[in-house]
Amino acid sequence: MINKIVKSAADAVADIFDGAIIMIGGFGNAGTPIELIHALIDQGAKDLTVVSNNTGSGQVGLAALIAHKRVRKMICSFPRTANSTVFPDLYTKGEIELELVPQGTLAERIRAGGAGIPAFYTPTSVNTPLAEGKEKRTFDGLTCVMEYGIKADFSLVKCEAADRYGNLVYNKTARNFGPVMCTAADVTIVQTRKIVELGEIDPECVVTPGIFVKRLVEIPKPADEAKLVAEDRRYPWS
Amino acid sequence: MELKTIKKGWNRNEMAQKVALDIPDGVYVNLGIGMPELVADYVPAGREVIYHTENGLLGMGPAPEVGKEDPELINAGKKSITSIKGACFFHHADSFTMIRGRHIDICVLGALQVSQTGDLANWSTGEPGAVPSVGGAMDLVAGVKTIFVITQHTTKEGKSKIVESCTYPLTGKAVVNCIYTNLAIIDVKPDGLFVREMAPGICFDDLQKVTEARLNRYEY
Repeated sequence: MINKIVKSAADAVADIFDGAIIMIGGFGNAGTPIELIHALIDQGAKDLTVVSNNTGSGQVGLAALIAHKRVRKMICSFPRTANSTVFPDLYTKGEIELELVPQGTLAERIRAGGAGIPAFYTPTSVNTPLAEGKEKRTFDGLTCVMEYGIKADFSLVKCEAADRYGNLVYNKTARNFGPVMCTAADVTIVQTRKIVELGEIDPECVVTPGIFVKRLVEIPKPADEAKLVAEDRRYPWS
Repeated sequence: MELKTIKKGWNRNEMAQKVALDIPDGVYVNLGIGMPELVADYVPAGREVIYHTENGLLGMGPAPEVGKEDPELINAGKKSITSIKGACFFHHADSFTMIRGRHIDICVLGALQVSQTGDLANWSTGEPGAVPSVGGAMDLVAGVKTIFVITQHTTKEGKSKIVESCTYPLTGKAVVNCIYTNLAIIDVKPDGLFVREMAPGICFDDLQKVTEARLNRYEY
């Protein structure tokens, strides 16, 4: 019998190892798997490379993981957002690495990683500092840079509903990077607001097919990250 | 004329209105963060425009009423929004397929500098110690068919944002089609910058005085 459901966030992230490459879904506060990230902080893995669009906000979620010095390198498109101070502080002190990637290139590199495509060419970033040192080729007069696909050891993703096969549906703009990140990791770990019976999700409406998902944990009431930040909460909770 | 008097021109809403007038019926539009977002408020009656937000929504509607915000329904600027009837959600790779695959018709962006050949700098001042953040800007200028820039004509210090060549790191080269400032609407053509319209009380010579790049007049 196939059953990808595990009983807790702690169980779901237990085997994440030091030095792992981890993709974390979310755009701003929408779609961040905050309970999985907190379980990862408790678990203690360090020297991580994290692929995520932003760097978290306040002192919770990804920002807290970074504040606890578990992240060696961030691969992201927009590290400086309104409520993000942890990453900028460490970055200006030279204590964390940054690989800055245009947002669409980031999404495409993850898609390529998931699809077994080692590299591709794109005109995005040509003639800018982000193209420096990259291989270039011209197609029908259009100059492009070569970008590598990204693969991860683990992906942490949040969704709205899942069945035990790992078929997923998302909620509104919380979908963002989730579906591509699910495809690009050896082990994809998903927190879902609810687990439903097989067949309850219309097969026509499945967004992430279960084959891409390894583990599921039900978190019925995920924290609202913006609210935690507004209340100046810190993880671990004091 | 003193810089002070010339500085005013159109206000932000009037600038957004000017941009909205140049967006035809039936197109798909991406609006950048900040002043570009205002453009959505001024779609002329009778036109249907669909707004794309790169974090995964086609059919962005206005901001929700206070108390009706949904933390999982936001725009690229991470602000609460609504979705229109007929909207659809999708993941990031599909969203950037729309952008990079040249499916979006128009994008309206802010600027730090625009050059007389249409180069755009809008993501970094390149200062040491600054945290560079690019987001989707480079994908947008590389993939969207028409790029409009909406910006104040000069910086707070009175320096021209429309320059001979950009000193800040580029977002893209020769990508801007039209510049909407508080003082004028300027088309970027292969043979230079052409002033299409000036704010009330602004004359060409005054405009040129506060513009580093060389401006041209249309011959009628």
